[in-house]
Amino acid sequence: MLETLIILPLAAGAIMLAVGNGLFCRMLLPCVGICHTAISSWLVINVASGGRPAAFFGLLAPDPLGSLFLILASVLFLASSFYATGYLREEELAEEKTCIHDGRPFTNAPERRFTACLCFFLAAMSLVTTTPHLGALWVGIEATTLSSAPLIYFHQHQRSLEATWKYLIICSVGIALALLGNILLSVAYCDNDGAGNLVLADDIDSLGWFMAHAGQAAQPWLKAAFIFLLVGYGAKMGLAPLHNWLPDAHSEAPSLVSALLSGALLNCAMLGILRGHQILLAAGIGSFSGSLLVFFGLISLVFAAIFIVGQGHYKRMLAYSSVEHMGILALGIGIGGIAVQGAMLHSVCHSLAKCLLFLLSGNILARYHTYSSYDVRGMRWTMPITGALWLAGFLAVAGSPPFGIFVSEMIILKGIFASSHWIAACVYPACLGIIFVGLSMAVLRMVQGPRPMDMQASLRKRREPVWSVLPPALLALLVLTLGIWIPAPLWNYLQMAGRLVGG
Amino acid sequence: MLFSNIILLLLLNDLLLLAAPGITWLIRLTAFQGILLGSLLFDMEHALLAGAVLGIKGILLPLLLARTYKHIGKREKTHHLNLGVAVVMGMLGLIFSLWLEHNLPLMPDIFPVLLLPAAITTLFCGLILVVGRATALSQVIGYLVAENGIFLLGTPLMAAGAIWFELALLLDIFVAVFVMGIAIGHIGEKFDSIDTARFRSLRD
Repeated sequence: MLETLIILPLAAGAIMLAVGNGLFCRMLLPCVGICHTAISSWLVINVASGGRPAAFFGLLAPDPLGSLFLILASVLFLASSFYATGYLREEELAEEKTCIHDGRPFTNAPERRFTACLCFFLAAMSLVTTTPHLGALWVGIEATTLSSAPLIYFHQHQRSLEATWKYLIICSVGIALALLGNILLSVAYCDNDGAGNLVLADDIDSLGWFMAHAGQAAQPWLKAAFIFLLVGYGAKMGLAPLHNWLPDAHSEAPSLVSALLSGALLNCAMLGILRGHQILLAAGIGSFSGSLLVFFGLISLVFAAIFIVGQGHYKRMLAYSSVEHMGILALGIGIGGIAVQGAMLHSVCHSLAKCLLFLLSGNILARYHTYSSYDVRGMRWTMPITGALWLAGFLAVAGSPPFGIFVSEMIILKGIFASSHWIAACVYPACLGIIFVGLSMAVLRMVQGPRPMDMQASLRKRREPVWSVLPPALLALLVLTLGIWIPAPLWNYLQMAGRLVGG
Repeated sequence: MLFSNIILLLLLNDLLLLAAPGITWLIRLTAFQGILLGSLLFDMEHALLAGAVLGIKGILLPLLLARTYKHIGKREKTHHLNLGVAVVMGMLGLIFSLWLEHNLPLMPDIFPVLLLPAAITTLFCGLILVVGRATALSQVIGYLVAENGIFLLGTPLMAAGAIWFELALLLDIFVAVFVMGIAIGHIGEKFDSIDTARFRSLRD
């Protein structure tokens, strides 16, 4: 059953490439999403009840932390795949496509390539989240880069190509440095048997082995390994100041791809760092990795606060909000204790809320044909459902009650106070406040205001299709529910995941 | 003896890469580096892996890069950074890595002499190429060289088995360069140049 998580999307992607019919590919996408979510749910229930399913001779053996990110990736893929059915049909029907910025005509990449890469991307994320092998995790994260690069370049114009190139180069070099981290980790565990031969276990690559023998590892090498893992995977996760690719890729990719990049991929990259943190915790030097995570978390918050205020490009604004939330996650995990439980809840709520907002940004772009939040006016008149959900999404992502992120941010703040980390206690709420104001200025400006009379009447009065509002509405409902009521099994599960990283 | 000769050739190759004036020379030197890496693995008795490295890093990837370059068919300025400065930086990197080999605390006796400096210098030279060269193709070559350095550092640990990982790694690198090659083809068409200095439209 576990193997299906990887084989299913791989096979579906191969079939899409082979068949090539647009309608067939579009319809197959949600089917993959439904099956994948069903299997992930089964897996989560199994892991939550103490089971440790394994496949491919132990290559796949998910723990609570990995399976938490797996189910998030599955749910987001499902939401995006339903959105994609309508989105791709409209793209096919559109007669002439011109770049919004420079007005030059462009064509889209073939639809089958796009849908197949979406499936390959899901397979790569499934590998990352289910494997305990750090080598396989590295291969999986590199595979996510390679499968998602063509997705960013779906609209084949200069700007998306520039974003794709930056994404490819920065993430590939970053991930190469993470490989160096993996090698240094192995060096830390090397020992001489007196005859000059290396003594290494057969399963040296597995996380469990690293943790079980952490006491015998050379600590300076462990620390060096973590630094490279943090820098390498941190570039992919979007931690400042390594985040340069993120606003470009998120703003130029189709909205459903941005939703997956931000909601699911960043979590996968973070998992690479968390695996390193787990080993350092087992070696008794978790305070070293924790303080580095706190440092990068705070830097990310400050960067996000600077760039969100006055940001006119609403998709870039959402991308910087992702930098902020990755910073909050790193901060929560670095602080430890109760803040880790908060970070786990935060990762769930952020993924759902950010997917919701990016999908809605696609609706806004299709209606207003602009990326500028200064040029979007009167959404409550032209697209009332998207407008209401956009407002709800803003409240959710900015950490306002009654949404789940408010609860998770408060838990992290409580953890910060409990740990007496006074710098974080000052910087964290200050940045959250600045970001709230920055986001609210743009979002309220877009939702409110008079009817845009310069917009074509047919466009202004056009009804919002179900595919464009139903997935975001369901995601909004989930984030709202998590703010009001967290089911006990879910909380227990988050605690199980949190305990693995010092919670 | 053979081992240390290969390492010395690798170091020389690194500095030549930094001094290479055009992309054709960069591709040739990258191919030579792949062959040296493969020979090193043969010397360490990893025949299967040596064959794979020789095939992918020594032949396939350079051919792919050469094909991409031919497809674009443009000769243009390839570097921002003065070549002399780049070579001096490479030499400084070599001196630093030699110093590191002697002074690293708790240095386990796992790296043969000069392997660590060669690996770090190669990584460093790769990063200089990524940052100092102007065209997208030379950035890919820089990435490949940096990855070769990391691969070299990992060679003493390959005794531990896990051949599947090394092969998966090689496959990943191959696909990465393949995807980058396609992207470069598109860059050549859309921008009418592969100079990354033209990437100016995305900023805050």
